[in-house]
Amino acid sequence: MSNAAHESAARAAAVGALGQTIPTDAEVPPSDGTRWGMVIDLDRCTGCQACVVACQAENNIALNEEQRVLERRAKTWIRIERYWEGEFPNAKARFIPVLCQHCGNAPCETVCPVWATYHNPEGLNVQVYNRCIGTRFCANGCPYSVRYFNFWNPEWPESLNNQLNPDVTVRSKGIIEKCTFCVQRINRAQVDAKTDGREVADGEVQPACVQSCPTTALTFGDFNDEGSTVSRLAESERRYTLLENFGTDPGVVYLKKVDPHAEAPEGGHGHAPAEDRA
Amino acid sequence: MQEPVVSDTRTANRELLDFVFSWPKWFFAVGGALNGLLVAAVAVVILMLMFGLQFLGYSHPVYWGFLIVNFVFWIGVSHAGIMVSAILRLTQAEWRRPVTRAAEVLTIFSLLTAVQFPLIHSGRPWRTMYWTFPYDWNRGAWPNPRSPLVWDPSAIFTYLTSTILFVYVALLPDLALARDRAPNRISRAIYGVLALGFRGTTRQWRIQAIAGLLLSAIILPIFVSVHSIVSWDFAVTTVPGWHNTVFAPYFVIGAVHSGVSAVVTVMIVMRYAFGLKRFIKRDHIDSLARLLIVVATVWLFFFMLDLFFGLYGTEPAEVDTWQRRLVEPPWVVIAITFIICAYVIPVPMWLFRGVRRSFFWMFVTTILVNVGMWLERYMVVVPALERKSGLTFTYGDYAPSLSEFILVAASFALVILGFLTFAKLLPIMPAADIKEGQILADRIKVGRANVPAAMRE
Repeated sequence: MSNAAHESAARAAAVGALGQTIPTDAEVPPSDGTRWGMVIDLDRCTGCQACVVACQAENNIALNEEQRVLERRAKTWIRIERYWEGEFPNAKARFIPVLCQHCGNAPCETVCPVWATYHNPEGLNVQVYNRCIGTRFCANGCPYSVRYFNFWNPEWPESLNNQLNPDVTVRSKGIIEKCTFCVQRINRAQVDAKTDGREVADGEVQPACVQSCPTTALTFGDFNDEGSTVSRLAESERRYTLLENFGTDPGVVYLKKVDPHAEAPEGGHGHAPAEDRA
Repeated sequence: MQEPVVSDTRTANRELLDFVFSWPKWFFAVGGALNGLLVAAVAVVILMLMFGLQFLGYSHPVYWGFLIVNFVFWIGVSHAGIMVSAILRLTQAEWRRPVTRAAEVLTIFSLLTAVQFPLIHSGRPWRTMYWTFPYDWNRGAWPNPRSPLVWDPSAIFTYLTSTILFVYVALLPDLALARDRAPNRISRAIYGVLALGFRGTTRQWRIQAIAGLLLSAIILPIFVSVHSIVSWDFAVTTVPGWHNTVFAPYFVIGAVHSGVSAVVTVMIVMRYAFGLKRFIKRDHIDSLARLLIVVATVWLFFFMLDLFFGLYGTEPAEVDTWQRRLVEPPWVVIAITFIICAYVIPVPMWLFRGVRRSFFWMFVTTILVNVGMWLERYMVVVPALERKSGLTFTYGDYAPSLSEFILVAASFALVILGFLTFAKLLPIMPAADIKEGQILADRIKVGRANVPAAMRE
């Protein structure tokens, strides 16, 4: 056997023994497939929290009672972060909706010991509840702090029983949960499109937050489809991604707020919250 | 460098096995108290299993705290056994002889305690087998080899297995001794089985010695790897303050610092509790204190490196973390306490011969070191999570709950109880090793010359 043949046989044996190949960064996300993503126009966001409520209802998120918020155990898959800019009386409230960024190079995925979180071929950062053992390593690794831990089994008052969404798993105690980009809606749209024998149209999939936004600050779509609304919006010169220095390649693109009273343009775009440190 | 410790083999055997065959009253009192603490901890764990982790002080975004700190601490203490035993054996340091067994046993029980913590700390401990054992063949979902939590069990269980082997090989002659002196048939039978038919023939001694030496050498790389891998639990993430290449050596040397200190503490307690005043002498703690001066100083150097690397990069998030650790209350109190306890008080004191040779002062300083090292781990782990990134809106503080204090206290109880139980059932002093040292130290007169009674091979 030649040396090269020997090597390839050895490699084949190694792959066979492992039973699977480990996806590398080069394989995920695929360049030709779908990459779901979101564009958030901060100039349109009024901080009304409609997205937060819609997400809560759509995804069977446990009730965030006052006590939960006070002990910082409230679960908000999408949250509106409020920052103050300037000094009184010229203080301005700045809002920024933060949800799972579905990073192409996610810090949470590498640290999960059981593949409970991984990158699916459509660019989603997926949380597999059944696999999760609750080490909370991913929640520590996430620079955006968008992963939430279930400290107990969720409970709803009897009157809300019919409000629960049958398409979404209710998460038990001891596992991590986070924004899924409403994967149940993506699946439904894909099934519908397949039944009709067509592709999923741009704008056909709308996560609950996008659907509920009164000012259409949130837009959802496929970044790999050059004609899609998100691709067009993401070309804006106001574009930035959150915490760019972490190199996470987020699937959520933010458009910087237009401030007519801004004194002078700062170098580059973005990093809005980082500069707002109190 | 030492005077011979034993003059008569028969007396030595009796004294070294004394605790195994006697039942002092304090044993039951201490054991009962420790068990009470353990029962409280078991109750907490059962509550956690039934109702989730709501009893712990965790909240968004600080998801690791006391329990992980305690895990790192006990892994650190476990490094003493190999540091003292393997390295000193390989370098043929004579003073190691009475120290080795205690250090190794401390290793075993602190490791066994340490591994409990990531387990009960996870949200669904009953599924934790997923990440320790690659078993889910059909589903294609293997453990994720990129995660340090998969490296951890491999390193720790390798270390645990090799340490147990190491102890057992060294224990064989002593087990045979216990078998020959057992007061009744049942204990004679048990020690007989455990001794694996050790009769003290030349061939058996040779095999036992070679096995001990080989294991010492093989264990050393594991010793370095274990705490390196534990440090990578933090270093491979992107959390500012954790993401640091110096973490592996910094953690290893910190582990040796706290581990060797723990060995000194344990030896001093053993000296009085087990009546081993003739075997554990001032020379021993003096030697260990000299070792500690070096270890502590190297550890301080690595701590400074960690700080320097953090500040030298001038990355805002990293500098923020260091500012929180060292300047902002309440962390400034912890930072000052830990550096004083782990270095500023003990090391200058150890420079004085009088302190090094005083059981009281060595007991106090080594306890201080471990208080300091526990706080050091706390300072490494928690502040970084409280201020993780630029999103100030998610900042949150961590406050440990009563449950966590109970669990931490119980971990100390578990280690002490394990150590006591071992000492009760098996010889905690390496009788054979001590007698070997005795023979090597003996001198006989040949004509006018005064020569060693035995030659080292």
